[in-house]
Formats: sequence, structure tokens, C-alpha cells
Amino acid sequence: MTLSLLRRHLLSAAAAAAFIAGAGIAPALADKTLLNVSYDPTREFYKEFNSAFAADWAGKHNGEVVTVNQSHGGSGKQARAVVDGLDADVVTLALAGDIDQIAKATKKLPEDWAKRLPHNSAPYTSTIVFIVRKGNPKGIKDWGDLVKDDVQVITPNPKTSGGARWNYLAAWAYAAKQPGGDEDKTREFIADLYRNVPVLDTGARGSTTTFAQREVGDVLISWENEAFLVQQEFGSDKFDIVVPSLSILAEPPVAVVDANAKAKGNEEVAKAYLDFLYSPAGQRLAAKHFFRPTDPSAADPADLARFPKLELVSIDKDFGGWAAAQKKHFADGGIFDQIYKPTN
Amino acid sequence: MAFTLLGRGKTLREASVIPGFGLTLGFALLGLGLIVLIPLAALALRAASIGPAGFIAIASEPRVLAALQLSFGAALIAAGVNAVFGLLVAWVLVRYDFPGKRLLDAAVDLPFALPTAVAGIALAAIYAPNGPLGGLAALLGLKVAFTPAGVVLALIFIGLPFVVRTVQPVLEEVERDIEEASALLGASRLRTVFSVILPHVYPALLTGFALAFARAVGEYGSVIFIAGNIPMVSEIAPLLIVIKLEEFDYAGATVIASLMLSLSFALLFIINALQGWQRKRFGNV
Repeated sequence: MTLSLLRRHLLSAAAAAAFIAGAGIAPALADKTLLNVSYDPTREFYKEFNSAFAADWAGKHNGEVVTVNQSHGGSGKQARAVVDGLDADVVTLALAGDIDQIAKATKKLPEDWAKRLPHNSAPYTSTIVFIVRKGNPKGIKDWGDLVKDDVQVITPNPKTSGGARWNYLAAWAYAAKQPGGDEDKTREFIADLYRNVPVLDTGARGSTTTFAQREVGDVLISWENEAFLVQQEFGSDKFDIVVPSLSILAEPPVAVVDANAKAKGNEEVAKAYLDFLYSPAGQRLAAKHFFRPTDPSAADPADLARFPKLELVSIDKDFGGWAAAQKKHFADGGIFDQIYKPTN
Repeated sequence: MAFTLLGRGKTLREASVIPGFGLTLGFALLGLGLIVLIPLAALALRAASIGPAGFIAIASEPRVLAALQLSFGAALIAAGVNAVFGLLVAWVLVRYDFPGKRLLDAAVDLPFALPTAVAGIALAAIYAPNGPLGGLAALLGLKVAFTPAGVVLALIFIGLPFVVRTVQPVLEEVERDIEEASALLGASRLRTVFSVILPHVYPALLTGFALAFARAVGEYGSVIFIAGNIPMVSEIAPLLIVIKLEEFDYAGATVIASLMLSLSFALLFIINALQGWQRKRFGNV
């Protein structure tokens, strides 16, 4: 027993050493090293995408080797890291507002960065759906069911989680489109919804843990790709996915951080990297990893069949863009803060 | 003490047989300055940049006040629980021999070593309504995880070693002879505890209390996993700071930080003063 334990330690030590050596040597061998700063649930997607891109690049450039390093974390945290000097060549984040902040604070990319690539620089999209316990015991079908007295909703704090802002806005869009859904009614709906939230985690992964492992709450509001990952992870015999009648088109954008890429001589490869996201190969991989491709023609029909059709509102048309939505809803003293103002 | 600014009639430097006063003082100030004073000054400057009106506006927000109340209240309760419980643990470890004592002694330090996030996740798993202890509490109609009680629980966990480790060496020095003498002189057991043993231990206990409290006020990692984080109910002040940072509102974040810091400083100052008073009263033990 001690021997096997010792062996295991030795093995893991050797693995760690190999990893460190590998990480140290790889950039020296590679002709180009790219840093992609991304957010949490893209881990599996970019892992596969990066090797596909490296193969594609090598084929077109006489076998030149590109190593893509990944950094993952909460979208807002990642944006702050880039603002504070993390030298990302490309950023692939959860919302445009975060890249806006990088542009505004560092001037390392122009403020109209979103116009440089098709579809607002969002090569793939997602939407917001519900995860409920198997058999849907509370009969949750649409946003309106989330404000019922006996329903507990799990969603992260939109102030700390970029992804959760899409959850909030989707709920808002639903309430605003109901008959008689004026601004006051919509605010009330949102306040009722968040009053049903017993645990306000700081990030999406935290909420998933609270719902799936701690078994708190009746419904988890989640990104569609994350919902599929949850089913994959915990088994589809434990959870059902419920698609509401209306949701929001979540557009996780990508951009080259020009000044960083230029300083490292990576302008060309960084641009090619993002273009490859829009290529048939990139789109197929996105669909495989549960993101909705903007160009579905190349994707596997079996992958596409997993995405139900539903009415989607967009941040630009229905909320006047991120800057406006951010200011109205999530800024200090904004509508979200007012929900928790004491009423007496 | 070779150096005092307040002592009347004393020069800056008293004659000492040990050389190198200037050099060591220089190093001490340099180290303190680089690691403690300069970052704190930067914090104060950043907070000051917002102006007194802005400062007061943030400091008087109900949500900020509620968060501060929770952070300091929970930290005080947790430090209080730790003072009693930690004293008991230290007593047991010093005075009794039993199998597994060494193991228990080592286990006391675990909250020091464990990454706080791990502690938070573990506590949440056990005290959540579907966890073993949380389920038991639910039978009694109690909720621990995702309520302010969860905050106190996490803070008790991380603060315990501070009390045990400060009290333990002092208890070891209290000789059993004194207790025997006290008994022989006719004191009851309770009187021996309160008039003979506790006065010895008080200063160390206060130090442990202060350390556990200070550690608990700023704790973030373990708390956010078990608190529930509902504004006005179970949202701690450090989380509000993180929320301000997410809004790229660095000035607002530093205002809350400096509020916490000055409150902590005031409380620690009072505890220190209490300690000095204790020392005077019971002699330098």
C-alpha cells in the first residue's frame, strides 16, 4: 500500500516534471505562440479547435508550428487581467461589454472592434435555457413559472458573472413582451424572480454546483452549451432541459488585441486564428461543442438537431447594445441593485 | 524596548550593549514599508480620490452597511465561539493524555493549511440540506448552509487554530503546583479556574481572539461557497468589494476596503488596550 502510494507520487511528480519541461520547451520549438484569453465553458471547445487550427496553419505555411496557449476564467476577471497587462493576442469572452472595457481602458484595440468580423464578431452563439430535475416535478415550462411562490431558482449574480447577465436580460425580454408588460411590470417580474433565488453564486460554475450537487433549487438558468455539458457530466437521467418560449441570442465575441499581437509579431496568425473560427471546420467544431454555429452549412446535422428553435431577442435590437444595457441594469445603483433595496 | 517616540526625557536611541540598532531598524522599516505601508497608503489614496461626499455616499448605502454588519458581526461571534472552544481544545491537549493526542494536535493546524475555497466547498457539501449534517439540521428545522449561520460556521472553522495555538503554550507554563496550592488554600474548583488559571491565560486568549477575528473579517474564499450571497441577508463585505471590482469601480472598492480596515484597526486597538489593562491588573504574566 505504501509502495503503491509512493509509486503514484513518483508518477505524478514525473508527470508534473514532464509537463513543466514540455511547457518550457514547446515555445522554443514552436515558431509562433499565441495566447487566447477566454472564459470558462469554452475549455473543451478551444482544446479541440486549437489543434485543428495548428494543423491548418502548418499546412498553409510550410509546416510552421503554432502553439496556442489558453487561459480560462470568469469573463469579467479575464478582461481585467488583460486590462492589467496580460498580453493576450486574442480574447474570446462571454460578452461584448468585457471587450469594450479592454478597448476603453488600454486602447490596445479600436473601440469599434466588433465591426471587424461578421455577426458582431461572434462566430458562434448560444442561448439561455432552463435545467430542471428529472421529470420536471414543478412543471416549469416558461419564464412565467419562475416567479411562482413555490419555485426556487438558481442563477449567478449578474454583477459578478458576465454570463449571468444574459440570464437576467432574457427574463427581462420575456416579461417586457407579455401583454401589459410595461417597464414597471417588467421590473416587478425581475424582482419577483430574484426573490426566488435562495443562493446567488458568484459564477456560472458555482451555480451549477449548487443546483446539481447540493440539490438546492428547482430550476437552474443556464447557457445552452453549459446545460448540455451538465447533462453529459451528471447523466441525462437526473436532469431535463426545458426550452422557454422566448430567450436571448447570447453572442460571445472574439477580437484580436492589436497592440499585443503586433508587439509579438503575431498579427497575421492572430487574425487567421479568428478567421478559422468562421471557417466550415471551425463552425463544425463549435456545433460539436454545443455552441450554435452562425453558418450551420458545414456542421454535422446530428449536432444541429440538438438545438431547438425558439424566438430569440438580441442585445442590440432589444436593449440598445451592451453599453446601454450595462448602464441601465447592472451599473452601481442600476435596476438589479434596486431589487435588493430594502422596501421599508 | 530601546526605542520610543513617546517616552518623556528619552532620546531616540538609548545606549545599548547590542550594536547595529540603526541597521536593523532600517531593514525593519524598509520591509514594513514595502510590504505593508506603501500598499496601504496606495489604498488610502485611491479611496480618497473619490472625495468626502462620494465616500459618505458609499459608506452609508444600506447594502454596504448590511454587508459590514454581517462581516463584523459574524467575525465577532465566530471569534467568541473560538475563544471558548479553542480554550477547551488547548486545555485538553495540554492537560490530558489519550491515544491519538498527537493526531488531534496536528489536525488543529489543518484550517491554516487548507486552501480556503476547499474549506468552503467541503463545509457547503456537508451542511447543505442534502449533506449529512445539513440533513440532520433540517430535521430540526435549522438551515445552516446558504444562510448567515453558514458564514459564522466557515469563520469558526478558519479561526480555530489561532486561539488554540496562542493559548496552548501559556497553558503549558501554568504549573499544576499553583492549582494544588489553590486547592490546599481552600479555593473551590470554580474559583481556581476563574481566579488562578484564567488570569494567566487571559492575555493569550485575547490575542487569539483578536487574530481569529482579524482573519475572519477579511475572509472571502471559504465564505462565498456557503453563504448564499443574497444582498442584505448573507452578502459579506469582501464580496461587495469583488462586485465593485467587476464593475471596474476601483475607487468604490477601495472605499469599502478602507472602511473595513479602519473598523478592524479600531477593534484591534481596543483589544490591545484591553490586553494592556489586563496585564497591569494581574501583573506581567
